[in-house]
Amino acid sequence: MNDTSRSHASGENLPADRWRAIEIAFWLAALAAYFVFPTHRVLGSQILITGLFAVTLNLILGYAGIVSLGHAAFFGVGAYAAGILAVHGWGEPLSGLVVAGAAGAIVGYATSFLVVRGTDLARLMVTLGIGLMLFEGANQAAFITGGADGLSGVTMWKVLGLFSFDLTGSTAYLYSLAVLFVLFVVARRIVNSPFGLSLRGIRENVKRMPAIGSPVARRLIAIYTVSAAMAGVAGGLLAQTTQFVGLDVFGFPRSADLMIMVVLGGAGRLYGGLVGTTVFMIAHHFLSDMNPIYWQFWLGLLLVVVVLYSRGGILGALADFRDRAKSVRK
Amino acid sequence: MIGNLIGVLFDGIAYGSLLFVISIGLSVTMGLMNFVNLAHGAFAMLGGYACVVLMSRAGVPFLAALPVAFLVPAVAGIVLERTLYQRLYKATHLDQVMFSIGIVFMAVAAATWFFGPSQQPVRLPYWLRGQVHVLGLDLGAYRIFLIGVVVVITVVLHMLLVKTRFGAQVRASVENAVAAAGLGIDVNRVFGVTFALGSGLAGLGGGLGIDVLGLDHTFPLKYMVYFLLVVAIGGAGTIKGGLVAAMILGICDVAGKYYVPQIGSFIIYFLMVALMILFPAGLYGRRT
Repeated sequence: MNDTSRSHASGENLPADRWRAIEIAFWLAALAAYFVFPTHRVLGSQILITGLFAVTLNLILGYAGIVSLGHAAFFGVGAYAAGILAVHGWGEPLSGLVVAGAAGAIVGYATSFLVVRGTDLARLMVTLGIGLMLFEGANQAAFITGGADGLSGVTMWKVLGLFSFDLTGSTAYLYSLAVLFVLFVVARRIVNSPFGLSLRGIRENVKRMPAIGSPVARRLIAIYTVSAAMAGVAGGLLAQTTQFVGLDVFGFPRSADLMIMVVLGGAGRLYGGLVGTTVFMIAHHFLSDMNPIYWQFWLGLLLVVVVLYSRGGILGALADFRDRAKSVRK
Repeated sequence: MIGNLIGVLFDGIAYGSLLFVISIGLSVTMGLMNFVNLAHGAFAMLGGYACVVLMSRAGVPFLAALPVAFLVPAVAGIVLERTLYQRLYKATHLDQVMFSIGIVFMAVAAATWFFGPSQQPVRLPYWLRGQVHVLGLDLGAYRIFLIGVVVVITVVLHMLLVKTRFGAQVRASVENAVAAAGLGIDVNRVFGVTFALGSGLAGLGGGLGIDVLGLDHTFPLKYMVYFLLVVAIGGAGTIKGGLVAAMILGICDVAGKYYVPQIGSFIIYFLMVALMILFPAGLYGRRT
């Protein structure tokens, strides 16, 4: 009690921003995976890209409490922006990502006004509707997007003029890892800032936040736009590393799966999205080979069990376990 | 041209009626328990499959199979409500969404396991097939039948809610569950019975809809948006709102696909976003 009041007085009650040993170990493990599993680098880069996408959803879902069923909208916009840019002769990867992020930010900012108002159900429907509209739009605008056939002919230049994309996914893996790490550091900074704290406050009690002078709508618009921009970058990464953009980037399954990954890992925990994505995608890779129907059934069962018995997902369960171990030791 | 318009309107109303029957249970349970249940379509699908199995394997006639299409999902509904749903009434909407998506996935997988991925055929009785000539217009006999059934169901539901003791309990619980419990209403029981009734109606709609909506294993996902839309646009907890919303949706969807097929489902999604922005709590929803 004394401790907390003292830290309140000195204004140091922000979450610890120091990098913990386990975090450093996590990123070293991600790097080590490149050398340990040289034959799975393509899958690895897919996990990293989806992991980045999950981090962006976690920002609005886990921290700000906006339930979105249409986050793929921004992923898709970014993917098509980067893909179309490359098809029309500008294949420089990093500037392509900037364009993808900008496209995501523009669409995110424009739609944020529709999303921040309304109840959970209204938000659910609006995000779902925007996602489905973009899907239909991309389907109909075949002269730009290639429609149902997908956008092919994406040719990328070398990353930094040095590393060309290859079939083994080596460049894709390291490139995705680097982008993921940079954006993760940004997300980590946001979450641990006073701004990030105000988001958690909004999630916990949206009615009390205005009373302490927090402009709820503006905060939500800001985080929604940031999240959309980063989701756009993730989409751009997918377009560049696979050199193809299909309509499925806008699909509802992508949004729903993403939500599952975040909840599975632990919504509202920084590493929740990454852990959930890794577990989900590795399980999917090996289990769906056996039988896709089984996969869907077990996935559904897993969801029900996670919701009923472990609200915080994998990381939540681990934290509970740690706390219990601590109290036993005492 | 005018005949065309009336034909489209008529088909839209028939389609809307079907959406209404399936979604009304969702609307009432959402108003009662504030539970976002994405798995409502799974109960409709269950009713559809019950209907198909009875007709094709046991040779039961269509009309006799419909009550079973109501009963099977109603029983499944009350079992699931008592064992699982009930534990999540106080949970966050995110938990409810994830839980019900899980149920949908399991239902889809189970349907594929038992019935395979193909469309299920339905053999309507001869007097429901073909066209009926009314006032110079050719109208589908089955669609007339559909609209008739829905009118009957709506009237019965209305009477149930307005004239009976149980209906009064439901209305009181929707209005304010805490106060209703304080007055000695067994809110828990009201929840359970309403959930079963809603699931049963969804199943009935699923059975009635095989000829119009089709029936395969992806049914709960394919129409999830439509059912949610009826509730979201109409406002949770109102029969009138659900009816109006279902008609708007049905007519707009049919008209859109008939007159401007090139933009496909775009109209319905646009309508949905526009209505949700104009009426965040639904057309007849309570503004909180």
